[in-house]
This record gives sequence, structure tokens and C-alpha cells, in this order.
Amino acid sequence: MTLDLAQRGAGDRNSRQIVEDLDFMGVERSSSCSTFHTSFSVACVADALSETLGIYADMVLRPHMPEDEVEESRQTALQELLSIEDDPSQKVFTQLKNVRYGAQFGRSPYGLVEGLESVVLKDIVDYHQGRYLSDGAILAVAGKFDWESLKNLVENLFSDWNSRENSPSELVLVQAGVRHLQHDSSQTHIALAYDCVPYQHVEFYQSRGLISVLSDGMSSRLFTEVREKRGLVYTVSASCQTIGNQGSVLTYAGTTGARAQETLDVTIETIMSLGDGISEGELSRLKARVKSALIMEQESSSSRSSQIATDWYYLRRVQNRKEVLAEIESLTCGSLVEHFLKYPPRCWGLVTMGPEPVVLPDAMVSVKSSMVNGSRGETR
Amino acid sequence: MKFENKTLDNGLQIIAEVNEEAFSQSLGYFVKTGSRDEVPEMGGVSHFLEHMVFKGTAKRTAEDVNRELDELGAQSNAYTCEDQTVYYMSILPDQQSRAMDLLTDLMRPALRNSDFETERNVILEEIAMYDDAPPYGSMEKCMESFYGNHPLAIRVLGTPQTVSDLDPEAMRAYHHDRYAPDNICLVATGSVNFDHLVKQAEELTRDWTPSGFKRVAEPPSHGIASLQFQHPPAVQQYTFELSPGVSRNDPKRHAYRLLATVLGDDSGSRTFWALVDPGLAESAGMFAHEYDECGILGLFLTCTPEDTQSNWDMLVKIVREETDKSISERELTVAKNKICSSLVLSSERPGNRLFTVGNAMTLRGTYETVEDSIENYRRVNLDAVHAAWKDYVTQVGARVTIGPELGVLN
Repeated sequence: MTLDLAQRGAGDRNSRQIVEDLDFMGVERSSSCSTFHTSFSVACVADALSETLGIYADMVLRPHMPEDEVEESRQTALQELLSIEDDPSQKVFTQLKNVRYGAQFGRSPYGLVEGLESVVLKDIVDYHQGRYLSDGAILAVAGKFDWESLKNLVENLFSDWNSRENSPSELVLVQAGVRHLQHDSSQTHIALAYDCVPYQHVEFYQSRGLISVLSDGMSSRLFTEVREKRGLVYTVSASCQTIGNQGSVLTYAGTTGARAQETLDVTIETIMSLGDGISEGELSRLKARVKSALIMEQESSSSRSSQIATDWYYLRRVQNRKEVLAEIESLTCGSLVEHFLKYPPRCWGLVTMGPEPVVLPDAMVSVKSSMVNGSRGETR
Repeated sequence: MKFENKTLDNGLQIIAEVNEEAFSQSLGYFVKTGSRDEVPEMGGVSHFLEHMVFKGTAKRTAEDVNRELDELGAQSNAYTCEDQTVYYMSILPDQQSRAMDLLTDLMRPALRNSDFETERNVILEEIAMYDDAPPYGSMEKCMESFYGNHPLAIRVLGTPQTVSDLDPEAMRAYHHDRYAPDNICLVATGSVNFDHLVKQAEELTRDWTPSGFKRVAEPPSHGIASLQFQHPPAVQQYTFELSPGVSRNDPKRHAYRLLATVLGDDSGSRTFWALVDPGLAESAGMFAHEYDECGILGLFLTCTPEDTQSNWDMLVKIVREETDKSISERELTVAKNKICSSLVLSSERPGNRLFTVGNAMTLRGTYETVEDSIENYRRVNLDAVHAAWKDYVTQVGARVTIGPELGVLN
């Protein structure tokens, strides 16, 4: 709600003037809250950078927080909650986060009805004053700009931002768990999670490489086994996520009720098959994919700027293309299998939503976290 | 940027927007057949065929196809819509000839019976997936009601019934007729070697023969019913209304799009301020879409069932009745800036240009630079937008609402 209200008037502009001025410049924009961050992201034509950044500096530093719009903010937030409620593929992941990360870190950034209904203006103002701090804030810019002018601009806009120290993030812990949500839907939606190393871990690219073998492209193992050979699903995918010091692999599959158990079983078998070996073909495809993705990323200033911010947050530096390529080039079939065996899937979390519950094999339920996190493992 | 255009003897048109500065290249086959070119009993055949294209050719198994796509490091995919079926990939320029070999081979799929059954299940899962996701098929239901017996009423995915009934032999005949070179356009953008592209296409498509297929595009008669459907698991109410707009060949189409942006864009529009900003609705707005012979001006609203009636009344009042609050120059300029800025930002990537350039050629038979497209919007004046508005308010729409209960909207 603070993020929403900050955009309803700031600096010299009221809510309507902010939207009108940004629209007038054709600025594309989004904003979001995640477990540790509130973020604003914009894309604009080069000429509009200075004025756009000025408006965003006002939102972060000088929001009006108008009392007469708190109710509108609240209604907007409640609408967002309802929209998740109606989308099973989103809802299973909101619930999985809760199962896996518990009461504090597993909270949905969208909140709960009771919480949203109890927020008053003072909560928002206090939250803004206590949390919108320069310490730990990151501004990443990519595209067409002049570095010296940008530095001056940022200096002018943000120099009076307080530098009070932000409290350090607490250690994120995960837990195993299973939850089923009874739902009168056509498909059963299956969200599964297990441990992997986080982004800042020295072996992160090994974990990322394994995900690539598992899920990137049409020759990936999950696509081949679950969809191509058996026709069990339309969508099956896996991705890596890092929350603070904790890495997770998240997988999703949606299938009609009667085939849900088979879909889960095949998904888990396919994940475990990574330990049996990686072929040279799989390795070379994964390298080709990363290489072209890195080169194509340069064609999108938006994705480049978000990558810069991610690097800075987790690594305190920005990796260049060469460095990432060297990491990927150093992967071997042997190193990937070795990594898988060293950090095998543990601490499984499963959320299903649909007409029938699905059962996670007993052996999976009992395995607790191996604590393969950045702060305890080796960081890069 | 340099535009290239060449038509082979067999009728295959090849176009490219060459940008030697680009890091990548995008390639696509735009096949001019989609759900609107189907008969109702075979609804979904274009989309089913799109899936089958990836199941192998005379030279390649399905595994070969998937493996080679990934070896190219390609971002590749395909989609089917009402008007066309498009296969595309983004690659590094040094992979052009390999990518062309694969993509062109895909246009001649094996269509094996054994793959047909597995893929049928995948498509039934895809239909089930959309059944579970908002807006729960309300747009498709509204298209059916709006277009009646016209082929634009046919669903892109088909229905569980038509997909279950579809027979491989009928699909083969459909493929033979529609994937003929005179019904396909090969499009390339970015860092492209056009001479090589043409030479290779000539060699690879030497055996392809034209079919003479031509789309039948008869103007529809529009339905005006208001329908309600129940979807018990839903918590929100989803409403669409479709009214006649203009076709993609109509010079008024830019004015229609600007009208929809002023009145119903997702930010800063009249419906945004009235319904979305105050948190009355999750979304509410207006959109314009064009086909060969007709078009749509549509309204949509997503909110709680309890608020649906009052929100809908407000939405209709804003877009239909408040003609006394005429559109200002400022509103029009903002709408133009939004559309034009988005054109510029999306042109950064050859992968985005592929669709803009490909669609303009296959759907309208023209090539436009980014500057041309911008100019098309810049030159629309207020009179043209007001004229579009006047056309719009004389028309009646077809409406569908779907939610947990019936009886929420009069």
C-alpha cells in the first residue's frame, strides 16, 4: 500500500499530474514488492530520462501520502488479491512460498484481507520513513545516456536522501511441507520446490546449468518426458529463485485431474535423473543457449538494467559478459553431476490445487534442508 | 535499416528489414491461415497443425527438431491466431543458414498418426488450462455471440469436441492447401544476409507448389445479445462487450486506436481514472482490434460481482454518453505519445520488429518503417477521433459476463 500511495502524488505533482506527465513522455513503467525489496522500473526514450528520474525521486523521497486516497489504495490492493484468487497457476505459488518459507518470509507481498483492512495512514507514513532508506537502495540504468551527466543528475536528485543504516536482512530458513487446496477446476495445478544454491553461491552456475538441462528449451528433460513422450501437460517448467540467502528450484505443471499423480511422479523422476548423468549434447545446447541469451540481452535495455541491479544486490558488483561466458564454458558433464550429488534436492515443498490431492512420495517428505545457502556456503 | 522484398517463382514472398548494427537476427514463416479460415466442424485445426509441425519431418524426428532448435541457441516458438500461423526464432547471425534449413523443413511436417494422439492430449490440456484461468473463456464466448455464423466466431484452440473429432487425413489435406508457397511469407529482421536467405529459400522450397488458396473475407452481420454464464470457482466477475470497429485496411483505424487509448487505456485514460485508480475495478477499459473485412471496439471490466452493475453503468456512460466532454488536444497528444513511444521502445529488438514487419506485410501487404508507423498516428486530428466516437456510439454491442453467480448484470 505504501508503494501504491507513493505514486498518488509526490513533489510538485498530484496523482493525476504524475500519470499525465509520465504518459505524455510515453514512459512505460511498473512497480512491485517482493520479499526484500520495493522496486520501480521504467523504460523511456533517452530524452525523457532526466524528467522521468526526477518524478521517481519525488515518489521515493517526497511522496504526499494523501489521506483521502488511502481508501483507494486499499481497494486497489484488495482487487489484486482477488485476481490472484482467480488464477490457480499464481495461487499455487503464493501458497508454496508460504509452505516453504513460513510465517515471515513466506508472506505474500500482496498481503491478506485482514491486514489490508487494518492499515491506516500512519502505518504507511511510518513504513515509508523507516524503510525507504538510501542505505541498500540500488539505481541501475542501461541504454543511451551520458555517464557524467547521469551522475550529476542523480547527485542533484538524491543527495538529500537520508543515509541512516538499514537493518541487515535476517537469515532465511526453509521447511518441507505439503498443502492441497480443494478447487473445482479442470486441471490440477502442481507447484513443487526444493533446495538449490542461491545466486551468490560460488557454484550457482552449476545449479543454473542443471535447471537448463531440466527445463530450458524444447529438448529439455521435463518437456520431453512430461509433455512430448506422455502428453500429460501443456505447461511444465522449472526455474531458479533466490530469496535472500536461500536458493530454490520451483517447478510447475498443470494437468487434468486423473493424470495429476502420474505428472508429479514423472516430474520427480526426471529431476532425480540429473544424478544419473548429463550428455555432451545437453551440455553443448545449454552453452549455446546461454551464449545467445547473453548477446541478445544487449538488445534490451530493460533486461540489462534489471540484471545490473540483481548483480549489485547479490554480488556487490556487476558481472560482464565475458565473465559469465567463462563460468558457463567451465561447466562439464562431470561437474554438473557432481554438483547435483553434492547438493541433491532436499526440503521438498508441494502445493496442489484442483479436484483431487496428489501425494508426494514418503521419502521426499522427510528430507530436511541441507542449508545450501550463500551465507553458510561459499559466496562468489 | 534497409527493406528487401523478393517473390520466388513458386509464389513464396521473402521480405527483410536488414539492420547490420543488430546483434541478432529473427526469422519467421508467416502462414496466412488461422481459425478464421476453418470450417466449424474442424475448429482448431490450424492450431493443432501448429503443434504437429514440431513433431518431425521426412528428414527429422520430433527429438531431432527439438534438439536442433536448442542447439541453435534459439529463442523459438509459434502461435496461431484468427488470421495466421507464425513460426519464428531469434538467433545469432552466424546461425542463419542452419536456422533456415530447420525452419523451412518444419513447413513440411510428417504428420504421423502416432504423434497425432499424444499431441491431441496436449491440446486438450491447453484448453483445460485456459478453462481454469481468468477470464474463463468469456472473450471467446463473446466472439461467438458477436460473429454468429461468420468464421471469426471459431475458437483458435477449437473445442474439446472438435479437437477430439479431428482426423489426421483432414489435417493433411488442410496442410497441403494452406502451407503452399503462395500463402506463406518468409520474414527476416536484424542482422540478415538477404542474398543468402533468398538463395537458400530457393533451393529448399524448389519442390513446393502453389495451391491458389485465397481467403474468403465476407463482412459479418453482428450479434447484439447480452449473455451471462456461471463459473462457480470464480470470485470475480469478467465482462466483455464487442462492438463494430474498422478493418485493418481502413484508413480510420489509427483514429479508432487513439480513441480506445484516450477512453480506455490501462493508464491515464478516462476509464482508468473513473474505475481503476479509485480501486473500484481490477481492470476496465477499451480496445480496438482489426481483421481483414471488419474490426472490433471492445470494452472489458473485471471487478467483484456486487460492483459489476454500477461499474458497468459507469463504464458505458464514460465511453458512450459523455459526448459533451469532448476529447481535448492534450488527451489526444498523450495517447499519441504513448503509442509512438511504445513503437520506438519495442523496436530495440529484431525479435519485436519481426512481428511488426511480418504482420504489416502478410495482413496489409505493406512495409512501414518505425517512422512511418509513428507518422500514421501523429497525423490523426481531433476531428477524426470524434468522428470515430460518433460511429461507435451509433452501434450496439454483444456482451458476455461470467462469474460465480448469474443475474449480476442487467
